[in-house]
Amino acid sequence: MTTDAFEIPNLTLALPEIWMLGVACLVLVVDLFSGDRDHTPAYWVAQLGLLSAALITVQAQWGLDVTTFDGNYVADAMAVVLKVTVLLLTFLAFAYSRDYLRERGMLRGEFYLLSLFSTLGMMVIISAHSLLVLYLGVELMSLSLYALVAMRRGSPAASEAAMKYFVLGALASGMLLYGMSMLYGATGSLDLAAITDVAAAESRLLLVFGLVFTVVGVAFKFGAVPFHMWVPDVYQGAPTAVTLFIATASKVAAVGLFIRLIGEGLEPLHGDWQNMVLLLAVASILIGNTVALVQTNIKRMLAYSTFNHIGFIFLGFVAGSAEGYGASMFYAVTYSFTVAAAFGVIMLLSRQGFEAENLEDFKGLNERSPLFALVMLLLMVSLTGIPGTVGFYAKWLVIRSVVDAGVMWAAVFAVIGAVVGAFYYLRVVRLCYFDQPEAEGGPQPSGSGGFRFVLAANGLSVLLLGLFPGALVAVCMAAFG
Amino acid sequence: METLYLVIVLAPLIGAIVAGLFGSQLGRVGAHRVTIALVGLSTLLSVYVLTGFMWGDRTTFDGTVYTWMVAGGIEFEVGFLVDELTAMMMAVVTFVSLMVHIYTIGYMADEDHNWPETSRLRPNAYQRFFAYISLFTFSMLMLVMANNFLQLFFAWEAVGLVSYLLIGFWMNRPSAVFANLKAFLVNRVGDFGFLLGIATVVMYFGSLHYGDVFNAVAVRPDQTMSILGGAEWQVVTVAAILLFIGAMGKSAQVPLHVWLPDSMEGPTPISALIHAATMVTAGIFLVARMSPLFEYSEAALAFVLVIGAITALLMGLVGLVQQDIKRVVAYSTLSQLGYMVVALGASAYAAGVYHLMTHAFFKALLFLGAGSVIIALHHKQDMREMGGLKKYMPVTYWTMLIGTLALIGFPGFSGFFSKDAIIEAVHHSDRIGAGFAYWCVLLGVFVTALYSFRLLFLVFHGEERMDHHTREHLHESPKVVTVPLILLAIPSVLIGLLTVGPMVFGGWFGDSILVRSGHDALGAIGFHGVGEFTLHAFKTPAIYLAAAGFAVAWYLYIRRPDLPAQLQQRLQTPYRILENKYGFDDLYLNVFAAGGRGLGTLLWRGGDVRLIDGLVVNGTARTVGRVAAVLRHGQTGYLYHYAFVMIIGLLVLLTWFMFALR
Amino acid sequence: MLAEYVPILLFIIVGLGLGAVLIVAGFILGPRRPDEEKLSPYECGFEAFEDSRMRFDVRYYLVALLFIIFDLEIAFLFPWAIVLDEVGLFGVAAMGLFLVILLIGFLYEWKKGALEWE
Repeated sequence: MTTDAFEIPNLTLALPEIWMLGVACLVLVVDLFSGDRDHTPAYWVAQLGLLSAALITVQAQWGLDVTTFDGNYVADAMAVVLKVTVLLLTFLAFAYSRDYLRERGMLRGEFYLLSLFSTLGMMVIISAHSLLVLYLGVELMSLSLYALVAMRRGSPAASEAAMKYFVLGALASGMLLYGMSMLYGATGSLDLAAITDVAAAESRLLLVFGLVFTVVGVAFKFGAVPFHMWVPDVYQGAPTAVTLFIATASKVAAVGLFIRLIGEGLEPLHGDWQNMVLLLAVASILIGNTVALVQTNIKRMLAYSTFNHIGFIFLGFVAGSAEGYGASMFYAVTYSFTVAAAFGVIMLLSRQGFEAENLEDFKGLNERSPLFALVMLLLMVSLTGIPGTVGFYAKWLVIRSVVDAGVMWAAVFAVIGAVVGAFYYLRVVRLCYFDQPEAEGGPQPSGSGGFRFVLAANGLSVLLLGLFPGALVAVCMAAFG
Repeated sequence: METLYLVIVLAPLIGAIVAGLFGSQLGRVGAHRVTIALVGLSTLLSVYVLTGFMWGDRTTFDGTVYTWMVAGGIEFEVGFLVDELTAMMMAVVTFVSLMVHIYTIGYMADEDHNWPETSRLRPNAYQRFFAYISLFTFSMLMLVMANNFLQLFFAWEAVGLVSYLLIGFWMNRPSAVFANLKAFLVNRVGDFGFLLGIATVVMYFGSLHYGDVFNAVAVRPDQTMSILGGAEWQVVTVAAILLFIGAMGKSAQVPLHVWLPDSMEGPTPISALIHAATMVTAGIFLVARMSPLFEYSEAALAFVLVIGAITALLMGLVGLVQQDIKRVVAYSTLSQLGYMVVALGASAYAAGVYHLMTHAFFKALLFLGAGSVIIALHHKQDMREMGGLKKYMPVTYWTMLIGTLALIGFPGFSGFFSKDAIIEAVHHSDRIGAGFAYWCVLLGVFVTALYSFRLLFLVFHGEERMDHHTREHLHESPKVVTVPLILLAIPSVLIGLLTVGPMVFGGWFGDSILVRSGHDALGAIGFHGVGEFTLHAFKTPAIYLAAAGFAVAWYLYIRRPDLPAQLQQRLQTPYRILENKYGFDDLYLNVFAAGGRGLGTLLWRGGDVRLIDGLVVNGTARTVGRVAAVLRHGQTGYLYHYAFVMIIGLLVLLTWFMFALR
Repeated sequence: MLAEYVPILLFIIVGLGLGAVLIVAGFILGPRRPDEEKLSPYECGFEAFEDSRMRFDVRYYLVALLFIIFDLEIAFLFPWAIVLDEVGLFGVAAMGLFLVILLIGFLYEWKKGALEWE
């Protein structure tokens, strides 16, 4: 045994993850001993920890492209962008859900704890550079999410959703692991770089088999059609706070998972997985749009429309080019911030014993709260992809990469999908602005000043990103430059 | 450097935002103070920039402020190009805007009377108005300071939008709504050409940035493209004419002029600011800015020349028969815009732009003067109900007189120098159509003098034709109205005397305007000082034609006020033609608008209702609904169904790959 | 290549053979005096006479889970202890960290009352 194996890894590179682990442990201890009914200390420690983790990530990893821990861990620009996004999304999720959970008696320290561990798992995925670390991250993220969904213990719907999520997730994890084992079998290495080299050198059927299984596993984490069945049930069954977290942060992490494992790791097999991804993308857009059209529950509507957006993210992968990945990343980042704000508005309108879940509840929002009606308008218009909003740039970048890849019909299909999406998104706008509220006046916006402030800032950031997308586009593109 | 320009541009925008969004909190006084202060700041800095170019060592600035995005190698940016031409435009725009801001305090003082009691728009109309004109100032500055076509286009549309909003400011009046719709639609026609022009430029020269495009043009001026059936066109000509079509819309050249007279439905300060001094001159500015493009196309310049000449003469003639005081001034504006365009067509860009500047001052003065009259007469605009106002409103009268003298080109006044330079330049030009244009602009001088003094005599001299009640309340307008009049009268007199030498003949514009050798009509005139230029004018017919115009007006409206009616009887056919404005409006309304509506109805009945609604929209919706209902049943809620679907998906992918790989 | 696996093959054969021989020997040689208690299926900790789909205390799982965690910890500690002199200070620190994290988990279950049976 050589002592090389125990060379001390460059720990400062992995500082964000180490910090997050520390924060999670600290939150655990603080919450155990604080005895505060509202878990206020845990909340503040978690929020400060998240923000500082974002700063640390930028400080420790920006502008690098190096591996450590024997090639198991990579720090590069993509990792920074995705991690910061995940951390900020978690921050938003905590800020939005505090009042919501407290009113429903669901506010426990475990919410913060599990979310933080899940976030840590996402960060591990994003920085993983070997199959094992990747899988470790996936499981850490997923297991925490299963438990989060089940947090509302008294509710049969939540338990059912959690059970479904767990069983199907285990199935998907099994497939992912099976695929990984085939990759390992075919290449004899766990290191993604080594796998890439071997895959480039020889083409073997076993590799392709492994590829199919890993794509399935990844597609499940995204919730891409046809591995999507869990999504509507989980979104609806889980508390809105958790739904928000799953719908945003985990999608961003899934982008990291895809790019690390398939986009970069199996880059030589691009010709093989291109069509597979294309199929998933088209199916997602098709099914997502069609079913979202007829939803009357806004959470379900958002869930189904998620497929549409996941389709777009997958379309960005199709090209397999730096522009394509950059476009997908930009799409995922901006989409998740937009959707986070949309969920924020839903939670703002909800109050004790009442969930503002039906589209009807948004009728005449403009008269009750012009500011948040405006935010909602902005979000919906952005999700639709109307020029001038950030959603437009995201769609445009993706479609351009698809056109560059020479898959014209998919680009046309995506545009049609976006137009169909306009119908159900703009319906919300119509309800907010042009319809009269129900007899009793509809739900009033509730929530503390901090919540409103963060939500307004979130909405404003969507607006600003639409006006000045250049910087973020440049960052996303640079991540793959 | 860049910061200075940013401040100039952004100050009015901030004013607009503050007054627009917080108008009710600020109140009237707060709103106008904020906007005036910020526009004033912008004016001061613009003048500072201009003096830097005039006497200092300020150099051309061409830089990007913000890169919006980069797509396909083409950069979409916000950037500023500030050179002599821009500096002059900035100063004119901000100065006139400032005057109009101040004047508006007086003009809109009893704004509440213009709205019905119950109108929701009534409370903040005053503040909204200030927000709009500040917003306009911002847009116009963005337009003149642009260094690329994209920003130009956005600003172009922005000024159009504000113009639309302001023409229809009193949206409870059907005529105002009609007018702003008309302005909007006619400008769309122009913008269509404009956009195509930009597209042509980008396609063939591969950039949106002015400098790059001009360099590319200079390198390959003879590039050709084929349009329709293989005929080869010079790219520069196509691009220039398309861009000029945009300019025709905005600068109201025949046949896209019809919106401008109707735009007088808007409040008078707007007519002065937007529809006389600044926005309508955007087209002139555009062509001057694009001179490195136009210079390479004889055909395009000839087209410009002829259009301008037709506008200059025909629109002046219509001005003779108008009864509404603002409409007379409006037709005069059209005619003068024609003059500017003629100058551009004759490659005398400096003269055209110079006329733009002098015209901005005296035409704004005339409009504001007309507005002052309108205020005094409680918003009556018909000249048949005026007369003899001179003794009631001396300040307005004298300033209007100065404006009129400047307009007709009385020697020594600003308009004299600019207009004479144009006429002489056309005289010396050997472009196709120059002979025709020369006659048009010469006759135009006579017509200009005739309608200008007709207005002056009808309004301020002769018998008092207003009703008794109005006469009792006649008095001079308040200070906020008369001070801008006086401030505008000063440059109307002096600016020509002071600047004609360097600006028109001295090559002050430098590199901002390109005139190729052999095109230099202004150089052919031979300028030897202001005095010599004035003396020379007495050897040309223009000055005598103007005098004749004055004489005829005096004879018809002071000496024999009964004659015009008789003439009208005698010359029924020409009169009717002028009255109907050559039938442009009827043509557009009856043929294009009615045709469009007819076609629309047809398509709506046949296409929309049956095909689109029936088959596509409702049909699709029904189908989608059915499919979705089926799919929704697919979401059974049973775990094993879900797992089953996943496995099926996996199998499909696997099988497909086995086949794909074999 | 394959030859190297021969000992394993032998091991498997011997293992299977020995298992079979023992069972058969017990079957043949053993005395047979069956009674009710002996014939009932063996099940750890439960009454053997009830339906196997019965409800039982969830705390079994809890204890089992907790046991596994600490069991694995021990399993991890043994190999570490063997190479302790090779991994050096870094190895000690890493294990210390591992134990601290585990300790926090332990603290959590303690504080939450997972260790109290009643």
